[in-house]
Amino acid sequence: MSTLASLMLIAVGSAIVNNVVLSQFLGICPFLGVSKNTKTAAGMGGAVIFVITIASFVTGLIYKYVLANPALLAKNIDLRYLQTIVFILVIAALVQFVEMFLKKQMPPLYESLGVFLPLITTNCAVLGVALNCVTFEYNLLESVVYGFSTAVGFFIAIVLMAGIREKIEYNDIPKPFKGTAIVLLTACLMSIAFMGFSGMI
Amino acid sequence: MNKYAERLYNGIIKENPTFVLMLGMCPTLAVTSSAINGLGMGLSTTVVLVFANLLISLFRKVIPNGVRIPAFIVIVASLVTIVQLLMQAYMQDLSKALGVYIPLIVVNCIILGRAESYASKNGPVESIFDGVGMGLGFTVGLTLIGLIREILGAGTFFNRPFLSAIEGFTPITIFIMAPGAFLVLGFLVAGMNIIRKKMDDRGTPLAEPAGCLSGDCAHCGQSAMCTGKSKEGEKA
Repeated sequence: MSTLASLMLIAVGSAIVNNVVLSQFLGICPFLGVSKNTKTAAGMGGAVIFVITIASFVTGLIYKYVLANPALLAKNIDLRYLQTIVFILVIAALVQFVEMFLKKQMPPLYESLGVFLPLITTNCAVLGVALNCVTFEYNLLESVVYGFSTAVGFFIAIVLMAGIREKIEYNDIPKPFKGTAIVLLTACLMSIAFMGFSGMI
Repeated sequence: MNKYAERLYNGIIKENPTFVLMLGMCPTLAVTSSAINGLGMGLSTTVVLVFANLLISLFRKVIPNGVRIPAFIVIVASLVTIVQLLMQAYMQDLSKALGVYIPLIVVNCIILGRAESYASKNGPVESIFDGVGMGLGFTVGLTLIGLIREILGAGTFFNRPFLSAIEGFTPITIFIMAPGAFLVLGFLVAGMNIIRKKMDDRGTPLAEPAGCLSGDCAHCGQSAMCTGKSKEGEKA
């Protein structure tokens, strides 16, 4: 299969078919917590796309050239078992760095994304993507495409959810279901809808 | 009741991380497709939690306040790596079933939450008991949710025929698939809302949900990493 076709397959597969929130359950916290209106949801989604894309590139680089470096492996030094520790620290440092960089260099972008950036540090989607790239044995380009499209999947899910929540806000919902419970049931229906895509690839 | 039994009671019943505090929702949704998986995930988390609490409590006077969160993360991530390697060596099936969610214990908010709110302020023995209580509470929660989903979705009870032994029973497969997780948790939250209301009326209110489900970052165990800054962001 040509490279482009396989990249497309990764992109569609991770953005829609195996949606990060609705079928892999990563990033549930912001999905439930920051989806009250579409504007903040889009901000959160944008920040996630930004961070995951950069993080999957950087962790991919580190894995390839440090942890699984052929020169080290040839000398029987296998550092791959350190991936969880290294990835989480790299991601935490990276988010801090991105935040400082945006604040200094791109104030308008910082205005729209800045508030959400620190929230993403321990978002399991970022670490999940980095670890999945290793499990699936993606190369650097595939990792970045996978990271970006997974994050796009998150963006789609959280914006859709926020849109639905805006619509159902004034509906007559049984009292115990008000708040989180109805959001989870909505997520259930969205998840069923996204299962329909599973025939695509 | 002495203070150690009190920690256990607190973790398993009073501040149960799954039902009352509603922490660690990602694994709660992801790995509860069967009771065994829920139990395995709960116990792995318990092991990490107990040792993380012990180490953090022992080192609490050595770790400088300014770098405590990165230090906690390194401790937790090392423990998670150990657990992951042990599971790959001795429990292959479970390790395959839980997959990426084992390394993701690192970002489980229960662990950093307990480190920040309990282990970094209390002695090692109390912290161990706190970890055992919270961990078992989480295990009970995951196993129960897994059991409900397994019985309805596959008709089995810990992989043994249960409802499926009844003639003419068709399992509701959706319960062991992704949407079933949201459905069961949705009804669970609604049920807890009713109990919460009753307890309020009786004058013995339950602890508030502390995790992301409350939509309130201020109470999150990870808030040390973010709220301070997000408040700055709101001001700016």
